[in-house]
Amino acid sequence: MSTKIKINSRIFQDSNNVYYPKDETEVSDLIRELYKQDSPTEIIGNNSKSFIGNKTQSANTTSLSKISGIIDYRPEELYIKVKACTPINVIERVLSENNQELAFEPIDFGYIKEGKSNKGTIAGYLSCNYAGSRRFKVGSVRDHVLGFKGVNGKGDIIKSGGTVVKNVTGYDLSKLIAGSFGTLVALTEITLKVLPKKDSSKTVIIYPSNFEQIYDFFNKLSSSSSEISGAVFIPEQSKDKDFVAKKNSVFKFNDLKSNVSFIAFRVEGDKISIEEKINNLKKELELNNSDISTLDVYQSEPFWKKVNNLEVFEKTEHNLIRIVIPPANGLKLCKYLENNHNYFVDWCGSLFWIEVNSKKEEKIKDLKKMAKDFGGYLTVIKTSSDYDYGEAIFTVDKVRLIISEKVKQSFDPKRILNPGKMYRGI
Amino acid sequence: MSELALPKIDSSILNRKTEIVKILSKLTDRENVLSEADELRPYETDALSVYTQTPLAVVLPENTQQVSDILKYCHSENIKVVPRGAGTGLSGGALPLQDAILLSLGKFNKILEIDYENKCVVTQPGVTNLGITHAVQDKGFYYAPDPSSQLACSIGGNVAENSGGVHSLKYGTTTNNILGVQMVMMDGTICRFGGKSFDQEGYDLMGLICGSEGLLGVVTEVTVKILKTPEVVRAALIGFPSIKEGGDAASEIISSGIVPAGMEIMDKALIEATDNFSKAGYPRDAELLLIVELDGTASEVNELIKKVEAICKKNNCSSLKLSNSEKERLSFWAGRKAAFPACGAMAPDYYCMDGSIPRGKLAEALLEIKKLSEKYELPVANCFHAGDGNLHPLIMFDGNDKEQLRKTEEFGSEILKTCVRLGGVITGEHGVGIEKRELMCEMFNDNDIQQQLSIKKSLDEKNLLNPGKVYPILRKCAEEGRVHVHKNKDKFPDLPRF
Repeated sequence: MSTKIKINSRIFQDSNNVYYPKDETEVSDLIRELYKQDSPTEIIGNNSKSFIGNKTQSANTTSLSKISGIIDYRPEELYIKVKACTPINVIERVLSENNQELAFEPIDFGYIKEGKSNKGTIAGYLSCNYAGSRRFKVGSVRDHVLGFKGVNGKGDIIKSGGTVVKNVTGYDLSKLIAGSFGTLVALTEITLKVLPKKDSSKTVIIYPSNFEQIYDFFNKLSSSSSEISGAVFIPEQSKDKDFVAKKNSVFKFNDLKSNVSFIAFRVEGDKISIEEKINNLKKELELNNSDISTLDVYQSEPFWKKVNNLEVFEKTEHNLIRIVIPPANGLKLCKYLENNHNYFVDWCGSLFWIEVNSKKEEKIKDLKKMAKDFGGYLTVIKTSSDYDYGEAIFTVDKVRLIISEKVKQSFDPKRILNPGKMYRGI
Repeated sequence: MSELALPKIDSSILNRKTEIVKILSKLTDRENVLSEADELRPYETDALSVYTQTPLAVVLPENTQQVSDILKYCHSENIKVVPRGAGTGLSGGALPLQDAILLSLGKFNKILEIDYENKCVVTQPGVTNLGITHAVQDKGFYYAPDPSSQLACSIGGNVAENSGGVHSLKYGTTTNNILGVQMVMMDGTICRFGGKSFDQEGYDLMGLICGSEGLLGVVTEVTVKILKTPEVVRAALIGFPSIKEGGDAASEIISSGIVPAGMEIMDKALIEATDNFSKAGYPRDAELLLIVELDGTASEVNELIKKVEAICKKNNCSSLKLSNSEKERLSFWAGRKAAFPACGAMAPDYYCMDGSIPRGKLAEALLEIKKLSEKYELPVANCFHAGDGNLHPLIMFDGNDKEQLRKTEEFGSEILKTCVRLGGVITGEHGVGIEKRELMCEMFNDNDIQQQLSIKKSLDEKNLLNPGKVYPILRKCAEEGRVHVHKNKDKFPDLPRF
């Protein structure tokens, strides 16, 4: 049976006309046929993050969800090679058995979408490249990808990278794939760098009195040789009483004061060095024991999960914005947000999660301008149901867009894969 | 050496030399354009000095606009351009072409901004790698990637090659330590990827440029991340009675959950060579020497050292010495850093290979190399970045003996093929350049290479920027590819190479 007949005979399809190729050859056959037919397709995995990005302009949907399973895990070599749509939960479970983890701390977008965990697949994470609280110390998803295999928009199976950390053979296409929202390659295989889990962790809570003090703390924390692996600011100020109540219920811990704004920073390692680092940091930040609260490992771990699950924005029906700027400009953004927005700050002062409800397009436009002026960018992660896309949900300048179009052309000349998902024309 | 195929020479360009030089002189200062034979000589090669070519002219622009004007002109006139940083590259990436201008970034030698609040430095590409650390070390910061040539290699070159260093397991390579670049495309377009914040949205074009060996654009500004210097750094020098026991210990250190700042292995041949050369005090009875460096807070390092000690004793180490001062730590490294010149002192010539293998395959790789050494009747010494799997076998031979030279080339090629067979790659940190160009098809098939060429074509449609590098011209898997040093006349004899 020719590929064309096979595709038309719905061997790959379910009743909703979704294609389910089972391996890379089937992905290749399918895309080659769609290429011939000039017929674009949306690419999805387990659908956990498909709400991020623009709606694709395509007649077909290809689910890679059947391409799942661990291919090769070498704990002593610090890598794991998996089929692209292996669920993150499966990977994390296997790694955990060997006391290892994905150090970039995957964000669980399930909470903002449907109020419960849904981490989706590793291909989804790589395609979005959104890392959690540890990012400013250990890098993002892109820094943990050693190699991949996938199918480009012509149906060719291509690969890049390998399983070793030091590899300068050819262009580093793994980086390009990270954050490309499935517009370059339909991923079939991913090799990730894994790292040992830290023995333990503790989280110290400080209660700052103003924005200047917050950024002074952030700066001192990131300048210390006593390394921290997470630092967030959770504000109390908001006109939205529901949000304040939500914040207090999400971050309800025995050793954490409620109804106050706070900074939380995490120290990881063996127990002795954790104490040593905390003592050093207390001196450097000029903190007395009476000024702080400490969460032991049993509180610290769930605390950071809640941060990385974005639980304060659980099931949000508003627009959820992600802004990344250089930390030194965070103070200005905090002052702008003041108590008019629901937000929190991660990555030691440079990542902002902001909820925008009323006058959304105007506000998003203002925030995007501000993000750009501050040397960063804005992404609308989740749009409200009435969002009309009047303001683009990604940030891109003219020159970068032209170059991106050329890169897209080199992988997917007929725009078969996820057209329009990121930018118009890509 | 074997014949090296380079792009066909465009004789019309050679005939227009006077006119081209005149126009280039208008686009920058007359003094910044070199065209006389004696002026061009220093630029005939990079650190892969076995290959030399005289460029049409050398141009040393002073700012980004000049780079843009020059590239725009070359683009419209179909003139090839070879970019060059400090010229310390070991794979011939900056080898000139006779009908190309050599674009040197040597005048881009200023640090533009030190931003402690955002923990970054904005620098021009001609600043040396170590120059960045020197600029921030008084405040207790440093730039993490540390290629052995860091004293002389430029940060722009580091971006082009995605340079690593001995600390790359823990701290990553260049791509993990830069935040942004400004660069000029072949058509003269000036663009900026990234900045002072993390993870620019959209295609990671900075990630694509890093390691692209000067084929996609000319970097004119780099923003690098700086880190706080660790409170304590200590090293351990550990001897083992066999390759297997030492290799196992190195694997076990990693699998036990320790991420050392650096971990190096030397075989017996190299222990002897370096100890003779630098009197480093290495255990000469050992078959394999392991250097483990740990950093962090005082108690963290003490704790890790205890664990490393226990693992090494369990694997029957024959000696174990810990550094008790910074001076002693540096002395542990002195021999390792003298590995290349030490080999140079033992034979008229040596070839340095640069493959990566999975850490656990070390014993197998060394055994294979030993067999090959016997087969080709050529001595070899091995050093290995055990932390990240990067293997540098040094083959010793006499280049005046044509038969030995031929055998060395074959030997080297077989080593790199062995690396690929063991699950590794043909270059860990030196780049492909012209050196390993013909071995690319050991790793990549037609589709893979076509995709990469297609990216090149989309960003440099006329194939004018550094043509003939990285990708095989005739798609043949020939035997090429090593650093050849004759009579210890390394182009940069003072640089430690590891």
